[in-house]
Amino acid sequence: MNKQAVHIRNLTKTYEKGKVKAVNQVSFEVGKGELFGLIGPDGAGKTTIFRVLATLLNPDSGEVAVEGLDVQRDYHQIRQLIGYMPGKFSLYQDLTIRENIDFFAALFAADIEDNYQVIKPIYEQLAPFADRRAGKLSGGMKQKLALCCALVHKPSILLLDEPTTGVDVVSRREFWDMLNQLKNQGITILVSTPYMDEAMRCERIALIQQGRILSVDTPDQLIRSFPSRLYAAKSADIYHLMLDLRTDPKIESCYAFGEYLHITLKQAYDEEGTPHLIDFARKAGHVEIVVEEIKPGIEDLFIRLTK
Amino acid sequence: MKDEQVIHCEELTKRFGDFYAVNQISFSVSKGEIFGFLGANGAGKTTAMRMLCGLSYPTSGRAYVAGYDVYKNQEKIKQNIGYMSQKFSLYENLTVLENIELFGGIYGLKDKEIRERGAYLIRDLGLEKEAKKMVAALPLGWKQKLAFSVAIFHQPQIVFLDEPTGGVDPITRRQFWDMIYKAADDGITVFVTTHYMDEAEYCGRLSVMVDGEIEALGSPQDLKQRFDAKSMDDVFYQLARGAKRSDS
Repeated sequence: MNKQAVHIRNLTKTYEKGKVKAVNQVSFEVGKGELFGLIGPDGAGKTTIFRVLATLLNPDSGEVAVEGLDVQRDYHQIRQLIGYMPGKFSLYQDLTIRENIDFFAALFAADIEDNYQVIKPIYEQLAPFADRRAGKLSGGMKQKLALCCALVHKPSILLLDEPTTGVDVVSRREFWDMLNQLKNQGITILVSTPYMDEAMRCERIALIQQGRILSVDTPDQLIRSFPSRLYAAKSADIYHLMLDLRTDPKIESCYAFGEYLHITLKQAYDEEGTPHLIDFARKAGHVEIVVEEIKPGIEDLFIRLTK
Repeated sequence: MKDEQVIHCEELTKRFGDFYAVNQISFSVSKGEIFGFLGANGAGKTTAMRMLCGLSYPTSGRAYVAGYDVYKNQEKIKQNIGYMSQKFSLYENLTVLENIELFGGIYGLKDKEIRERGAYLIRDLGLEKEAKKMVAALPLGWKQKLAFSVAIFHQPQIVFLDEPTGGVDPITRRQFWDMIYKAADDGITVFVTTHYMDEAEYCGRLSVMVDGEIEALGSPQDLKQRFDAKSMDDVFYQLARGAKRSDS
């Protein structure tokens, strides 16, 4: 059997008697000790994949193994090996921080003292509030507590389903710093996110949309695979610049991206992008025009692959 | 008060016991502007928005929305605004058409208006085949676009959008912003909160709340210059890093 931390081959899972294909022939592998990201919007099938890996759902078909163990046959052993943090906060709201941690430790017959090194960086941040009920915690603190409970039995692999959704920029950065620390301790991490910018913090990622994997690689390799030049443009009136550029037959795509528009041109015009775009915008009456060629990001690639 | 200011507040405050959820915030938003209302979790955004939407009374300070006083004319305010959030916007167990009829009815549109504008809306969104389907059966992105259209169906002066694009895929998120731009171009003022910092850049001006106060206010360009930051993400990080409060 395969010795990857996670091995998924041709996984398909449907709901409502086959009418809804949540996950459709998905294959990817996560190496031991890897920080692997599953990147895609709501409804892409991320949660279904996590639930299959966590042995909470059986696949319709396909081969799925965690640490070489089959998710259907060996589910009991797998549950000892994984730490699962579901997308929805699912700790006991009426228990305090300390009680939740003790409870999960007891469930796994784990000794907190033995595993303290693993949870220490997170637990130290929670300690001042140890007697506060989980239901009374902030979003960022809940997230830390959930991570702590998922780690308390020293799992070899962490399954984190959208841990940063709805969390502000500051807490998101802190959370990713914590994941890096855990990775450095040798824990394999499979994490999903709808925020494309977080992809860059993973070693490898799978882009997923509507139950299908679009691409799997390192973030840098994926960006290098972007098939054309990408231009950024802006002017004093960016909304009308966008509407005008979309009427240009030489342009293949034009969409808003932060303070700029991102533009690709049809292949025949790909190389003359900057002078052409400046000229076009000027003729359309725009002022304060800025155009430059830029390096694409993961979100540009995602848009490209889903068009 | 200048007449083109559709939102205007001065030292607006909401206190719960000795906790200042919103502490003396002052700002104005002009007609047709896209105003981003940013802040860390727990900064007080939702409390401030609730006061501006006529859902809760301020403790002190002044605020006018669509020309109406938030103390005296809450009902008038509600009639003149649209509201949409990621959590609640449409009734999942009603069809697309029934949702349009329901919200049109609540806002006092005539049956004929509802029929005509509803038909136009469904065509415009390309939802002809889905008109008689339950909203629950629509993909999230379509739901959000429909919810936004329903929120501005009664042609309000202002639309409040509370994290409208959470979890939505990148293409739909952009189609959604195309709709926001168009609404603003048509003269509807847009007041929006988001956790996506690239979306913050789409706003004409924005404010960043930290611990109940507005710590910064300006165009994305201004703020990036002022904080010597490459992106709004960095601006936000610098401002919110020192926040003492947080909530869910």
